[in-house]
Amino acid sequence: MSALRIIPCLDVKAGRVVKGVRFRDLADSGDPAALAARYEEAGADELVLLDVSATLEDRKAALGAVRATRAAVGIPLCVGGGLRSAGDAAHLLEAGADKVAVNSAALRNPALIQEIAARFGSQCCVLAVDALRAPRFPETDAARPGKLSPGFGAARDIAGRALERLAAGAAAAEALRASAAWEAVADAGTLATGVPALAWALAGAALGAGEILLTSVDRDGTASGYELELVAAAARILPVPLVASGGAETAEHFLAGARAGARALLAAGVFHAGRLTIRDLKRSLMAGGLELRPC
Amino acid sequence: MKNDKSIPRGSAPIAVARTGVANLASVRAAFARLGRVTAPASDPVAFARAPLAVLPGVGAFGPAMDALRASELDLAVRERVEAGRPTLAICLGFQLLLEGSEEAPGVPGLGLVPGVARRFGAGVPIPQLGWNRVVPDAGSGVGLVEEGWACFANSYRLGSGEAALARAAGWRPASAEYGGAFVATLERGPSLACQFHPELSGAWGAALLRRWLERADAAVATARGTELEGRWPTAAAGGAR
Repeated sequence: MSALRIIPCLDVKAGRVVKGVRFRDLADSGDPAALAARYEEAGADELVLLDVSATLEDRKAALGAVRATRAAVGIPLCVGGGLRSAGDAAHLLEAGADKVAVNSAALRNPALIQEIAARFGSQCCVLAVDALRAPRFPETDAARPGKLSPGFGAARDIAGRALERLAAGAAAAEALRASAAWEAVADAGTLATGVPALAWALAGAALGAGEILLTSVDRDGTASGYELELVAAAARILPVPLVASGGAETAEHFLAGARAGARALLAAGVFHAGRLTIRDLKRSLMAGGLELRPC
Repeated sequence: MKNDKSIPRGSAPIAVARTGVANLASVRAAFARLGRVTAPASDPVAFARAPLAVLPGVGAFGPAMDALRASELDLAVRERVEAGRPTLAICLGFQLLLEGSEEAPGVPGLGLVPGVARRFGAGVPIPQLGWNRVVPDAGSGVGLVEEGWACFANSYRLGSGEAALARAAGWRPASAEYGGAFVATLERGPSLACQFHPELSGAWGAALLRRWLERADAAVATARGTELEGRWPTAAAGGAR
């Protein structure tokens, strides 16, 4: 079996890392390549660069950051944020990304997943899903369809069909129940879509995404641990590897995420602030009986 | 060339096959970190005669094989590997050396290694993404590949059960486990085929690439000696002289 992966995520704006990253002996540096190299040295198994730029010029700077990071590191590099087309994906891959993550653009146009997977292969097509706990979600969907954000009809249909296919299988009842609990949100968590998050992740895998990066919007930034119920439900139904994200702060949180079924664990703040080093984290996870690449 | 000083004396750029579907940036960056210059190659003659060459591969077996045939790089790879010229095949490049793949039934591979790539079985997430332990097969002696952790991104693989014929054809295997044993690398002389991505396998991968370069450079030096006796085709891509 392959090892559990530990993945730091760097937020990049205009080609510089935002949300301060502090290494003990490295003055506050916004240089993504320098930070990426430090994370590789520290034992990171993979890196995610998330471009949070809002403008086109800033996006171009992100390509430069990808190029510089690629030159510096010899571990996989996944780049997400703001991808709108297969052409955007091609630019990022040419600049040195090994994988690209699509999120909002795929919710608006699910065929984008197919297009990227067909052109570049499933192994470099990641679907990022931002899941928000929405307890009244199905009722909202059925009773007030007019209230749903426009533009996500195709994703809703496709997610619904994925769920029906699954319903024929054994995990059906549980999956159906879980599917009602979280909604996929778009535009960095600001826009409700009416798309059930787990069914959407399942549909994304069927469309060709080779990995699901699942973030709990509720837990993100709270330091209260991964949303284990979400991770467990997703791990049960997804045929592709699952990366859990949102809320990890302690080694126990990571351990619980892995035990819930995630094949990879992503975190940002806890690593950046130096509250937990990847080396120490890996040691304690291995002591907990998990298999990781030693560093 | 701006990196001239860091290139070992007399070495030509490493030719990296441009198959149209593969992302070459990671491979080229890995060799750059080792002080070596690479050049994308789409011309089959140049690729066949380059002292060192890499067959990368990302994407699907069928389209990649089509692209190789369309550019006649298939002939070039075959010529190189059969002549024992230093060649590194990566990921899908490994699978292209086989006779075929379940991914594209009816599409013949290069047939340089006996066997067919098959999809991972049930019970494991597919694709395999991430790090896995690679172990040289017992009794296969000391080769380029040492035990360690390598980075994989694949849905198909050559099962270890099928490796006997490859071994009989002179290929030395190393294996990994993912829902059963599969072949992680095959090496024969200065040719090395990796199912994983050495360029993404951290320090262990970089060390493997360095050992391949040493063996490949030595093979080229030996061949140059032979060339003076007129038994090796003229190296086209800028030699030592």
